Amino acid sequence: MSDKTLDFKQFRERVGDLRGREYWRSLEELSRSDAFDEFFQEEFPRQAVALNNGVDRRNFIKLMGASVAAAGLAACRQPEQSIIPYVRQPENLVPGKPMFFASAFTLGGIATGVLVESHEFRPTKIEGNPDHPSSLGASDAYMQASILNLYDPDRSQVVRRLGDTSTWSEFIAALQPVLTAAKTNGAGLRLLTQTITSPTLGAQIQQVLAMYPGMKWHQWEAVNRDNAREGAKMAFGNYANVIYDFTKANVVVALGANFLDEGPGHLRYARDFASRRRVRKATTAINRLYAIESSYTSTGTLADHRLRIKPSQMESIARAIAAGNGSEHADFIAAAARDLKANAGKSIVIAGDDQPAVVHAIAHAINSQLGNIGSTVLITDSIEVAPVNQLESLRELTTDMHNGAVKALIILGCNPMFDAPADFRFHEAMTKVPFRAHLGMYYDETAMLSHWHVPEVHSLETWSDARAHDGTISIIQPLIAPLYNGRSPHEVMGALIGGLDQSPYDTVRAYWFSKGGNEDTWKKWLHDGVMANSALPTRTASAAAPPATVEPGNLATGIELEIKHDPTIYDGRFANNAWLQELPKPQTKIVWDNVLLLSPKTADRLNVRPDDGDVNEKRTWIVKVAYRGVEIELPVWVVPGHADDVATVFFGYGRTHQGKIANNLGFNVYPFRFSDAMHGGAGVEIKKSDKPIYPIACTQEHQSIDPKIVRERGVIMAGTIGEYVKNPGFIHEDRGEKAAAEEENATMNPPYSYDPPAYRWAMSIDTSVCTGCNGCVIACVSENNIAMVGKEEVHREREMHWLRIDRYYKGDVDNPEVYHQPVPCMQCEQAPCEPVCPVGATSHSGDGLNDMTYNRCVGTRYCSNNCPYKVRRFNFFHYADYDTPSLKPMRNPHVSVRTRGVMEKCTYCVQRITAAKVTSERENRRIKDGEVTTACAQACPTEAIVFGDLNDPNSNVSQLKLEPTDYTLLPELNTRPRTTYLATIKNPNPEIRS
Amino acid sequence: MRGARFHEELKQQSMAQIFHRSANTISRVTIFGAIFIVGFILWVIGGIIRSPFFTNQGVEREQPVPFSHQHHVAGLGIDCRYCHTSVETSSFAGIPPTQTCMNCHAQIWTNAAMLEPVRASFATNKPIVWSRVHRLPDFVHFYHSIHVSKGIGCATCHGRIDKMALTYQAAPLTMQWCIECHRNPELYVRPKDQVFNMSYVATDQATLGPKLVKEYGIQKLTACSTCHY
Amino acid sequence: MSDIDQQSPVHEVRPTTQADKIPARFIPQPVLEPGHTFASVTDHISSIVLRRKMPIGWMIGFGISCVLLMVLGATITKLIFVGVGIWGINHPVGWGFDILNFVWWIGIGHAGTLISAILLLLRQEWRTSINRFAEAMTLFAVASAGLYPALHTGRPWYDYWLFPYPNTMGIWPQFRSPLMWDVFAVSTYATVSLLFWYVGLVPDLATLRDRSRSKVGRFIYGMGSLGWRGSAKHWHRYEHAYLLLAGLSTPLVLSVHTIVSFDFAVSQIPGWHSTFFPPYFVAGAVYAGFAMVLTLAIPARKMFKLEGFITMKHLENMGKVMLATGMIVFYSYITEVFYAYYSGNPFERYMMMDRIFGPYWKMYWMLILCNGLAPQLMWIKKCRSSAGWLLFTAMFANVGMWLERFVIIPESLHRDFLPSSWGMYHGTVWDWSMYIGSIGLFFFLLFLFLRFLPMISIFEMRTMLPEAQAHSEEGGH
Repeated sequence: MSDKTLDFKQFRERVGDLRGREYWRSLEELSRSDAFDEFFQEEFPRQAVALNNGVDRRNFIKLMGASVAAAGLAACRQPEQSIIPYVRQPENLVPGKPMFFASAFTLGGIATGVLVESHEFRPTKIEGNPDHPSSLGASDAYMQASILNLYDPDRSQVVRRLGDTSTWSEFIAALQPVLTAAKTNGAGLRLLTQTITSPTLGAQIQQVLAMYPGMKWHQWEAVNRDNAREGAKMAFGNYANVIYDFTKANVVVALGANFLDEGPGHLRYARDFASRRRVRKATTAINRLYAIESSYTSTGTLADHRLRIKPSQMESIARAIAAGNGSEHADFIAAAARDLKANAGKSIVIAGDDQPAVVHAIAHAINSQLGNIGSTVLITDSIEVAPVNQLESLRELTTDMHNGAVKALIILGCNPMFDAPADFRFHEAMTKVPFRAHLGMYYDETAMLSHWHVPEVHSLETWSDARAHDGTISIIQPLIAPLYNGRSPHEVMGALIGGLDQSPYDTVRAYWFSKGGNEDTWKKWLHDGVMANSALPTRTASAAAPPATVEPGNLATGIELEIKHDPTIYDGRFANNAWLQELPKPQTKIVWDNVLLLSPKTADRLNVRPDDGDVNEKRTWIVKVAYRGVEIELPVWVVPGHADDVATVFFGYGRTHQGKIANNLGFNVYPFRFSDAMHGGAGVEIKKSDKPIYPIACTQEHQSIDPKIVRERGVIMAGTIGEYVKNPGFIHEDRGEKAAAEEENATMNPPYSYDPPAYRWAMSIDTSVCTGCNGCVIACVSENNIAMVGKEEVHREREMHWLRIDRYYKGDVDNPEVYHQPVPCMQCEQAPCEPVCPVGATSHSGDGLNDMTYNRCVGTRYCSNNCPYKVRRFNFFHYADYDTPSLKPMRNPHVSVRTRGVMEKCTYCVQRITAAKVTSERENRRIKDGEVTTACAQACPTEAIVFGDLNDPNSNVSQLKLEPTDYTLLPELNTRPRTTYLATIKNPNPEIRS
Repeated sequence: MRGARFHEELKQQSMAQIFHRSANTISRVTIFGAIFIVGFILWVIGGIIRSPFFTNQGVEREQPVPFSHQHHVAGLGIDCRYCHTSVETSSFAGIPPTQTCMNCHAQIWTNAAMLEPVRASFATNKPIVWSRVHRLPDFVHFYHSIHVSKGIGCATCHGRIDKMALTYQAAPLTMQWCIECHRNPELYVRPKDQVFNMSYVATDQATLGPKLVKEYGIQKLTACSTCHY
Repeated sequence: MSDIDQQSPVHEVRPTTQADKIPARFIPQPVLEPGHTFASVTDHISSIVLRRKMPIGWMIGFGISCVLLMVLGATITKLIFVGVGIWGINHPVGWGFDILNFVWWIGIGHAGTLISAILLLLRQEWRTSINRFAEAMTLFAVASAGLYPALHTGRPWYDYWLFPYPNTMGIWPQFRSPLMWDVFAVSTYATVSLLFWYVGLVPDLATLRDRSRSKVGRFIYGMGSLGWRGSAKHWHRYEHAYLLLAGLSTPLVLSVHTIVSFDFAVSQIPGWHSTFFPPYFVAGAVYAGFAMVLTLAIPARKMFKLEGFITMKHLENMGKVMLATGMIVFYSYITEVFYAYYSGNPFERYMMMDRIFGPYWKMYWMLILCNGLAPQLMWIKKCRSSAGWLLFTAMFANVGMWLERFVIIPESLHRDFLPSSWGMYHGTVWDWSMYIGSIGLFFFLLFLFLRFLPMISIFEMRTMLPEAQAHSEEGGH
């Protein structure tokens, strides 16, 4: 304990309060020193530590703090501080002002443009790049959270040889004999990478392959698009890339496709889809969405009609839709088919990446029949450098490894030891390879078994490039020098080529200059974050329906297993990211865990449904899940709307070697993944296990949401377009607003005046287009330095998210409609929280915001008790991490990091408002509409959240508040919230009676 | 009743005194004095927390280079913004990089011993570590730029820097002090062109103040979120 | 002079001869067993403090309460080092055992002043033998209560911000907040009760001073008695001061719990937001207070052989008060249900259904049993005049009042407006240790009091004696 604090002192002495690049230089130096390394070997990062255990070091610090404070005055004395200016100040830097740099974030090799906020050259926040076709300014949870990965103290920091510290040069030296051997015959030399769209890296790899005759390059990712590729091949004859234009689509049929929340370009798709989804005074013609899926997805929640089926039924259903009639679900299929025909050329049938290739092919065939191809469905060449069937590619590799044909294996970023199909016995194969090198951000399962491990750079630390879902190219530029001596794949390739000294910068730059770039274009690319019109050209194609693979008659019987990647930690690569771990899973609201999903009926039939008592206490039962000879024990969770006889599991959990957060968390279900059935199959058996009870941290009480209660409280306002057309104000019938409006001055306190120069900040949230994707939640966490509390604390109902997304069910338990309702602070004009605070720590600002003054708060929690929306969050323990040095620079310097015993809540990002005010006031003008927005609104892919000034009658938000569908949460309390909602308006097909 | 007391008194007369007469006075003094003693202690504490001991007001700090604002500002007439470059554009006024010092001291006083740390810094590329004079708590967010551009003079908060051989904190920087101006800006606002004038003295603040407040559109921002978030 | 005599409660004495004619039940029970003289009263009571060594019961009791006090110390230490998170509170339940026990203790703290002040003003002579005791209990209860608001805050070391004092921040606390009102109400109540109690002690301290053998004892009691010599002047002043304080503290009895109830009534949580909380809480407080007095007095009088002073009449009267106040409390419960039903407000209705049938239904029905049904026993003379039954009922009341606060505070919070943010609440081990610890503190102080101060007002008891009456009759008017 003491020596740790010693390290901390040392660190402080060495780093001081340096600003800008120097800081990183010195941090780099430090990171080479032992003291620093030890420092990072600290136990469980505070980000996620469960704090209710004993008196640890932080509590000792607290003790000092408390006793000193108790002793009184001494606490008021300020410690001496020093200021350390630059020696030579960088040109464009204005100390205290953030700068934004365009770059790109890649997932599955596919780029999404980002703008990275940088304070004195420390990246602190990631936003979407408005100029990038896959983002248009939106960002998702992975993008936002990747900033935490950058600063993750658990990242691999040194080159390791057989686990011992080594150096890059030693690695290069060790590589030489292998390479010389391969020069003559490279058949034994193998390269395993993730999906690669980077032209530069692609060129390098091609160069390497050319240098070593016979050398093979394999690609593998656990979450891959093999089915999509094969489907495209079936339909169009080659690995074409299919992109969709939802702005033109009146009817969308999603075949197990969660296109609003997953896969390439989902941000863009969500934005486009939403643009046709909003009911306004002017526009009542909105699109219609049919979703066919097994477990509830974000897309399913927005669907006007949702069909629950077993995964194996998908093909027959797809064919039925193609044919226009089906044996089962006849009316649904018929109606959908008719709708499609009626909107030929203006409709989309889209299949999910998890669906078998044949379903994709059928979808393409239908689109081609309807003449959608060319209008709503666009075909381009593959955006990948070398599109392959990754499963087959890995199969080939492992077979060769088993046969001993592989002499040297170089792995770039993959983690096959964790995520390869179970039947490949990759561990065994791995041991047969004489030379194994691994490049990765973590010293993970694969690194453990490699002779050499090289730490990989984070995408914010290096130069590279990548293609977007439509092929648009972005240059990835670093925001910061590598924190932990990371190396980029370009450097490793450079090493194979032999150009040791070529930095990634030179490599990328050289490549593009050779492709006709020059200083000006280069500058422009970096500035814009995209290469103008580098999107791949679309081509016309037609597809015919493929032959049936399964006879619709003989479907698999019994319970089917559906295997999906985890909605928040992806394939496990984000398992060490506390933000994503504590992010409620979109449908279940579970955090820090993966569960087995069952429908109520199925659970009852198998008699594994937890008692309500258990559920109230947020506990569930552990069940034995047996599938193809593998048995795994999993906690069971019952979800309304889940398909009967389908058991859904999520892979990504159960990491053993990533970091202190990830390790031994949740349950590893990769053993269920067999190469012949990557997404599950029939024949799973579920029994109650002997260790029955398992605690689940879940941010929303599970069973208690009785639709009747929700209705009578007017929490969710929803209706159909039909009702709306009849009476636009239909949601307001028998609601309390009128009464509240009449009692305009029914208050003893003098009414506040918000006339200019004051502003009336307000927010409008359109629940029609909220997909519950959680982008806003993470954006808020990142912007406002919100602390993570860990599973224990969430289980005790103490999560700190300022913005939560409430999930409500409507209708019958078997196939209910799901509504998402993001709930930030309502910023009431008559706020119940304000008058009850004895020290005035929460007060009313001139703009009508409910200010929360952390440093004045003594923590009586009265405000939270009295808040009808329960949006206030209390620091029951010292949740914020004051100690881990690598996390300090990540924080937003314009937001206080809260301490123990203090209440906090959504502020409408008041730090942004203040900054904008200062700017506008300096120019003696008002803040323009759109000049300032909140983090959540900025991130939202569907622009469901709109923020602005009500004193400006033309502002977007003022207009939205005039919409007839605008409604207030709990209006009868007369709190007059500034945050209001737009009712969910669905567009069901009148032909289908549900 | 009286009978009962009669018995009592008999008993007492038959007994020796426990306390000396003086006990009466002592007890009176202690009982009534207590009020004043407690009051006095509180008063002292109140004084201490307002004193430089806590506010650091007027405390001159040891600096690696005994930089004199008096000399540079009053003597040489260098404008504040020559060194504090970002004061008009950013929240942070900016501490000059060594480069700025060397702009002149590459030519003049090139081998003054006093300036050795500066030259060393420039040569070795190691920054000069100044000890901070004005420090606001971390939970206070202060923008220099807006104050400057709304006609609050440097000297209003930083005092007569041009008279400081070694820089010290002129104002107490307590919240009370901040909010005093936020409540009545008209008492402190000055013409924009006088902001960087150290020796500016308002001739008739009573009429000028309100006029400028109107002209510059200065608001009385006393909401907590003006500075705390 | 005569006005002073007015003060001394007048006890009517009948010639015994009439007793034959008058049926026994019309003869008021004496508040003091016959056969006592000035000397015997003084001897008996003061000897408890001065001569007789403490009974074994005291030894054991004191030992236990010391241990519990340690538990309290440990809990508070942990609380300050680690944070209020060690308790079961969460979102949405921001107040749990902390405020719950605060209200519970404050309630108990009511009996003392009520008995002393109001019954004094109402000339209820039977109060004399229990008022000292009850006042002491009040003080200690308030002490225990005070712990909670002080320590329930997230950053207790900043509690002083709740006091309006000129500060360098240039701001005041927020006077609109009921918590602010609490600060003043409780501190005032504590101060006045203390003064009242102390003034009442002065003459007895003098007696002890005079009778104690040890020098130290004489010195300390001497200090305390402020040079009391029982001169007519002293008595004159004394009577005035005592009456004055009685008048002063009477409104406080009502104000304190009224203001405590504002903590809830002023908010807008269904189950809190209710206009009839003040009378409801005050009645509950008196009920709780008398229950606690009984709980303590009955064993104490046995332990110290005080049946002669704390007679059945006292106990029975207290039983009656409990019955009356208990009925008010029960009535309030019924009214709450009616409000919920009649309001037509879905939130109120759900709150009530949740209390009665929700996850905490056991709590509610136990509450009805303890505070609704148990006191009905007091209708029966047999129960009313049996120490055992009284103790039994009192115990129920103590538990019942705790349950009442549980039902009101955490239960109203755990499911309020938005179903999405509902939650459950349970006290943790630290919640319990704090509670038990505060009970420890209470008894610790109480046992010290029993040991070092006369638990029954000696001089007032003497005025109960026929002799005293006789004297006062021949003299004066």
